[in-house]
Amino acid sequence: MHRRKLIVFFAPSVAAERAVMRRTTLHAWLLLTPALVLLFAFTHYPAIATFWHSLFSTPRANRPARWVGTDNYLALLEDPIFWQAFWNNAIYAGATIPLSIGIALAMALWVNGRLGGRGLLRMAYFTPTILPMIAVANLWLFFFTPDYGLLDQVTSTLFGWGPTNWIGQPETALGAMIAVAVWKEAGFFMIFYLAALQAIPPTLYEAAAIEGASRWTVFRRVTLPLLGPTTLFILVNAVINGFRLVDHIIVMTRGGPNNATQLLLTYIYEVGFRFWDTATAAALTLVLLVILGGAAGVQFFILGKRTHYR
Amino acid sequence: MRGLRFTQSFGVALQTLGAWTLGILWIAPLLYAIWAAIHPTGYAVRFEIFAPLTLQNFTAAWDAAPFSRYFLNTFLLVTMILAAQFVLCTAAAFAFARGHFRGSSLLFGLVLIQLMIMPDILLVENYASMRRLGLVDTIFAIGLPYMASAFGIFLLRQAFMQIPKELEEAARVEGYGTIGILLRVYVPLAKPTYIAYGLTSVSYHWNNFLWPLVITNSVETRPLTVGLSVFASTDQGIDWAIISAATLMTSAPLLIGFMLFQRQFVQSFMRAGIR
Repeated sequence: MHRRKLIVFFAPSVAAERAVMRRTTLHAWLLLTPALVLLFAFTHYPAIATFWHSLFSTPRANRPARWVGTDNYLALLEDPIFWQAFWNNAIYAGATIPLSIGIALAMALWVNGRLGGRGLLRMAYFTPTILPMIAVANLWLFFFTPDYGLLDQVTSTLFGWGPTNWIGQPETALGAMIAVAVWKEAGFFMIFYLAALQAIPPTLYEAAAIEGASRWTVFRRVTLPLLGPTTLFILVNAVINGFRLVDHIIVMTRGGPNNATQLLLTYIYEVGFRFWDTATAAALTLVLLVILGGAAGVQFFILGKRTHYR
Repeated sequence: MRGLRFTQSFGVALQTLGAWTLGILWIAPLLYAIWAAIHPTGYAVRFEIFAPLTLQNFTAAWDAAPFSRYFLNTFLLVTMILAAQFVLCTAAAFAFARGHFRGSSLLFGLVLIQLMIMPDILLVENYASMRRLGLVDTIFAIGLPYMASAFGIFLLRQAFMQIPKELEEAARVEGYGTIGILLRVYVPLAKPTYIAYGLTSVSYHWNNFLWPLVITNSVETRPLTVGLSVFASTDQGIDWAIISAATLMTSAPLLIGFMLFQRQFVQSFMRAGIR
């Protein structure tokens, strides 16, 4: 009896609530649809189409695409340039990720501290972020020029080294590309660290000072753990850039000399838009997608658990 | 005690030295570009304090390639992308922040995939799509894949979720509808996020290169970056003075803009909570 009364009492408001809910859902879908359509058209669809097209041969004028199964992938495994691009990219990502993050942290700590002229310093660190990579590539091209380039002028004055063809010889070309990438990225990551450092409440440092903790201990026990979420955010960006940031390579070396600076994305560009071999390019793109997907998985499931979110 | 203080000040001096060495290293390419651009070609590799000054390199670069057209193209591109991103991402972020409906978290996860797999990497398929749509070699095609941005949706959703729900309820009592609440309550309160995201977006697309290189092939559509690369690779050989002048011209608007708004830029990043 009692229970039935309750239902009667609540029935109209439940119906009203349902109507509101239905309206909210409708509004949500109306608001979402334009963005979702574009996202699916230019991110999800091409990712799936890449996989599908990698199972066919490249369509040519007189010969349409035909099913080849895993042939494109088997051909990649036999392709020495693919393996070179793969390992080059591993070195490139493996060097730029820790270097740019480490330098960014040092920059942020310096600029956040009480150094003289930190406004100027902050600007100096950040400028590479604003400059177009293409413009920057032109400038670095000059820096790396043998004999009269700036780098050779400095090394010959300081150490008496002879002229070095920094980007023209396989031994140094990839290193030169890594240097440009780190130079370009570090200032951008610094901004995020700086924002995080300034959000740390000063009371924590005061408490540490009362306990008589050394500067190193404060950094290790207070600052560093609080920078965890920022580091994760920066790491995601650094990993993506380790595979995406290739503009300067396309302008400065075109993947050369002798594929010494060929990365996965530059190779996709070369195969897809110079040789117009779209099937091989699709297989290459899928390799890159798998690597990025794997990196995302590692970051979110393993690192994400250890970093405490707010 | 005195020894400790000495070590500490020695440490500070060492850090100052490190910080400035890094600073000089980081600003050196820009300083060099300015040096090379305002002196006659012969001084590009000779550093003499009293070298004669000139603006000739700028006029030579400006006349050597259709830079005015490239500027217009980049300006149109960046404006179009920013406008579309603000509208699309605001709407989507609002739906994700406030409307909890069945499957919303799954959809949000699908959106976030674009953070990892950016359109830059899907060049080949996106080029094929543009060809089917008949959009190859248009400014619209350069911008289209970036208009719905997962980064923008993510940032604005974060900002919207921090806004107290009471404000929304108050506005509803006043008689505002969903769109009214979005435009009168949420958008104004998320201003720092819009500034931070807007600046990131503008600098990203002003500087973007690979996709525009692939999808454009005429002067009428090329943005500055692609124009500059065409200019530097074919026309000029290695006249560093003129290349430096062209380089400075193309980056000047962003550099000047950043120098003027430097403080707001950094602060809006901090307030936007991108960390």
